Amino acid sequence: MKHSFIDQYCNLNSFVHRLDPRTKLVASLGYILAVLLTPAGKWWFFAFYLCMILGLLAFTKLPMLYVLKRSLVVIPFVLLVAIFVPFFKEGEVAGSYNMWLWKVSLTYSGLFVLANVMVKAWLCIICLTLLSSTTKLAELLKGLRQLGVPQVMVLILSFMYRYIFVLVDEAMRMQQAYQSRDIGGNLLRRLKTFGNMIGALFIRSYERGERIYAAMVSRGFDGQVQTLRPLILRRADMYFSIAYGILLVSPFIVWLWLQWQAR
Amino acid sequence: MASTIVISIRDLSFTYPDGTCGLRKVSLVVYAGENVAIVGPNGAGKSTLLLHLNGVLRGDNTVEICGIPVRDGNLKEIRKKVGLVFQDPDDQLFSLTVFEDVGFGPMNMGYSEAEVKERVAKALELVGMGGYENRSPHHLSIGEKKRVAIATVLALTPELLVLDEPTSNLDPRSKWSLVALLKRLPVTKIIATHDLDLVRALCHRVVVLDRGEVVADGATEAILSDSALLKAHGLAPED
Repeated sequence: MKHSFIDQYCNLNSFVHRLDPRTKLVASLGYILAVLLTPAGKWWFFAFYLCMILGLLAFTKLPMLYVLKRSLVVIPFVLLVAIFVPFFKEGEVAGSYNMWLWKVSLTYSGLFVLANVMVKAWLCIICLTLLSSTTKLAELLKGLRQLGVPQVMVLILSFMYRYIFVLVDEAMRMQQAYQSRDIGGNLLRRLKTFGNMIGALFIRSYERGERIYAAMVSRGFDGQVQTLRPLILRRADMYFSIAYGILLVSPFIVWLWLQWQAR
Repeated sequence: MASTIVISIRDLSFTYPDGTCGLRKVSLVVYAGENVAIVGPNGAGKSTLLLHLNGVLRGDNTVEICGIPVRDGNLKEIRKKVGLVFQDPDDQLFSLTVFEDVGFGPMNMGYSEAEVKERVAKALELVGMGGYENRSPHHLSIGEKKRVAIATVLALTPELLVLDEPTSNLDPRSKWSLVALLKRLPVTKIIATHDLDLVRALCHRVVVLDRGEVVADGATEAILSDSALLKAHGLAPED
């Protein structure tokens, strides 16, 4: 079965693609931090950061629509968490509705918080989309390893990415086999079957894990993962980091300067 | 020809931890340059036997590979000599790039970077997958995965190639091109399979295994024309 892979555009060629994965990892982390630290309601900060990431995107030759679609994937999750804020936040009421027995009211300050959360989440996700579509996952993991993330974590991520589609395929086959014999029945029975399927999937994964381990051991694996080709930071990475760092903090500096002027 | 012995097994028995009997007094001697097929119904112990050849499983009697007994102290040596290719290439290929997978064995053996690269390139060339180094295994077709899986063990230049069901799930074209590839490889091969086409095309000797026991061992033509034997062990339709 065909799946879309997270790093499907990582074979394009642009200066962003060519940057060292570590540079990109740190840059993304910095971006996320900057966006999160931006005080609520500083819309021109957000506008600046949006322009910044769009500028980088323009260099990468990634299809904009693809990035947009990818970035929207996370919105439902954010909504799920933040949707209740406007209802519970105290403040000036924007509108109230009678829902059956309840009287619920939205507040302006609540909506304000919601908007901020959404914008921040969206910006962060665009940044991560940019990171994951310009870097091969193997390179990204190598970068993580060299940045000092424990080997076990990197291995888990690597195996997860390698086998998630194998698992999805297995689950889909089971689903099809089930559906082709599905003759209805009540909800309880269906749930039970579903539970059995999850159990079977777990056992299969466990057994696959054992076979993979046997395959690793057969090729001399002794618990130590050897790696070749350490990454080397190039001059371009340095130039990029400096320019990027300056851009990232510039809204804060401008803001501080304005504050100082106003005094 | 005065060949050297590659595998020497005497009265090997193995019982799984849950009590199932895997192997019963199996004896087998294989000489260098032989292509031996191990056939038998499902659950006959074929895979169990293969896993003994490089010490993933250990029975009650020692297996000797090229005169070296398979035991804890020399597993690394053994695994350099015995290349075991698993049935499902998704088990064998666990890395994010073909290079990492094929280089996994050589890296574990502690070869230098230049040598690892050379071995990877050579192994991929041998299986006709040169230039695939930076591809991801999960993007490959099943035939390509099987070839890369074979390359992962060829990278260690083994003296014995052990294959578990190499042609399972392959369409006829991929299957025959794989057979042609295996024919070209000049190493001793042990192939566990149900595929009698493959056996005829590739192996001159057949070992029939049933319920953990060796029930026949002889030249391919003799065994495959013995319909009574094949029927008795579920390898030919009963009429």
